[in-house]
Amino acid sequence: MTAGQADMESQAISTEELGRVYKIREHKKGEPKERVALKDVNLQVGRGELFGLLGPNGAGKTTLIKILTTLLAPSSGRALVAGHDVIGEPERIRPLINMVSGGESSGYGLLTVRENLWMFSQFYGMPSRQANERIRQLLEVVGLADRLNTKTADLSTGMRQKVNVVRGFLTDPTVIFLDEPTLGLDVGAARDVRSFIRSWMQERPDRTVMLTTHYMVEADDLCDRVAIINLGKVLACDTPASLKRQLQKEAIFKLEVSPLDGNQPEVFRQIQGVKHFQHRAVDGGASLEFILENEDVLPAVVGQLTKNDIHLRNLEKREPTLEDVFVKLVGRSMEEVEGGASS
Amino acid sequence: MERAANLAQPRLFIKTVIARAYPRVVAQHRRERSWLLFEVILPMLAVSAYVFIYRAIGAPEAFVGFVVMGGAMTAFWMNVLWGMSSQFFWEKETGNLALYTIAPTSIMAILLGMALGGMTATLLRALAIVLLGILIFNVQFSVASFGLLFLTFTLTMVALYGMGMMTASLFLLLNREAWHLANLAQEPVYLLSGFYFPLRSFNFWVALGASIIPMSLGLDAMRQLVFPVGASLGFLSVPVELAVLAGLSAGFVIGAHYLLAYMERMSIREGRLTDRTR
Repeated sequence: MTAGQADMESQAISTEELGRVYKIREHKKGEPKERVALKDVNLQVGRGELFGLLGPNGAGKTTLIKILTTLLAPSSGRALVAGHDVIGEPERIRPLINMVSGGESSGYGLLTVRENLWMFSQFYGMPSRQANERIRQLLEVVGLADRLNTKTADLSTGMRQKVNVVRGFLTDPTVIFLDEPTLGLDVGAARDVRSFIRSWMQERPDRTVMLTTHYMVEADDLCDRVAIINLGKVLACDTPASLKRQLQKEAIFKLEVSPLDGNQPEVFRQIQGVKHFQHRAVDGGASLEFILENEDVLPAVVGQLTKNDIHLRNLEKREPTLEDVFVKLVGRSMEEVEGGASS
Repeated sequence: MERAANLAQPRLFIKTVIARAYPRVVAQHRRERSWLLFEVILPMLAVSAYVFIYRAIGAPEAFVGFVVMGGAMTAFWMNVLWGMSSQFFWEKETGNLALYTIAPTSIMAILLGMALGGMTATLLRALAIVLLGILIFNVQFSVASFGLLFLTFTLTMVALYGMGMMTASLFLLLNREAWHLANLAQEPVYLLSGFYFPLRSFNFWVALGASIIPMSLGLDAMRQLVFPVGASLGFLSVPVELAVLAGLSAGFVIGAHYLLAYMERMSIREGRLTDRTR
């Protein structure tokens, strides 16, 4: 065994030049087209780490999770989970892992919360008494103790997602994969889920979480390290603080101004030293976000406001966020990549 | 460690079967009472229509019993079609299939749990139809051998649900088309299984072809065993039909095991286990 191999096997998760290409047939008789979902992904996630995968929809996050949970075969490269190969030894990986996906509707609506959770626990061979005890404990932690005997179909979306989270953690996995676990949850429920994940990690030092999200704040708040992924490629991988330090030289400003007319946004983009510009309409005006090469570019921006008869209502300098790191790496914001925002 | 893990597998298999059967046996029966209407009352309407026709044309009274028995067995066919064959499609849609796959248990155990749960729940529905047949149409049963009847029923169920397990794997590849295929299979099987008339009403070769559907021979053999005139209207002798059913049972269950393993490998390779578009 080489030192590299030994290193891979000692990690909770490890990938080497991992790739996945989907063949999609648009018409039944047509030739399938290839779509690259993952390309040459190299990641090492240590035991006990809370690792985040951050990227827009379609970036390849879920594909990576599917490969690591043995649901999908890679087209190239290699992936190990808890030291076992996802292709060669899935039966060794499966007892050690679990997965929770955002917005999933797993289980059966006719079953009560307890019955659904008990059913899934049996697929891992848990003794029924132990399973029922743990179900009670975990439901208590997520604030659903009083819903133990409620039919799953009668739960709200947020409650159902909390039950999904409990299902994932019920079997006490060594490595858990959380794929957008707070998707669609209200602020309170999302906060509860995040706080539960954090406390679960603190209970035992060897527990590992891989979390995918496109909520920057979630990644920043929870993760020890974050990999930023777009179009199937890992663009950067480091601690949130180190990633944000990449933007130390840049200056980030948020301006509240009077409404913009048709071509006005373009003039801001053309100012020398503007690395990124994004605008959105807000109540009776517009909100502008700038990443500038440095603070010296600000007078030029304010000058353009005056020249275009745009009234400045508020100006605020802010600290870099992971969103800004993403913009720096990709050239567009997450919203723009997902096609959801004007720019 | 390795040996301990291997010894633990049968226990895990059994736990999985029981857990997956649970929603069908307990929850569905207790909490979804609509089965009384959809799976007992409505099939009884179809049974009644045939009974009235047979009585109107002066057919032997045994035909009324044939129809009631066919009606009862219809419940199993419906369960296999909608609760087994197309079930994986729904499990995939809800995300359950992915969770089943990543669990350390066997998918075969999940399928078996689905089958046993469905079979147990449907048995109650089938018995309700038979009971209604006795009460409403005064059907008289005269069982020649309870042992043989039990054996025939058991083999029919194993073969039928084995077929359901096998088609569940096949349907996994078809996505939404599985739904259409199940619809497409419903009526032809009603006809070919001889639900409402003796199988031998077909010519020999059609009846032989229909025998690939376990219901056809199972129903034919059971009719021979519970009605005095059954033997004279039977397609093949009971021992022959039992032998064929035993062969079908083995074939379908073994086939399901291999097909499932193959489909799982292929689905993981092609990304079909979770992606609804593939």
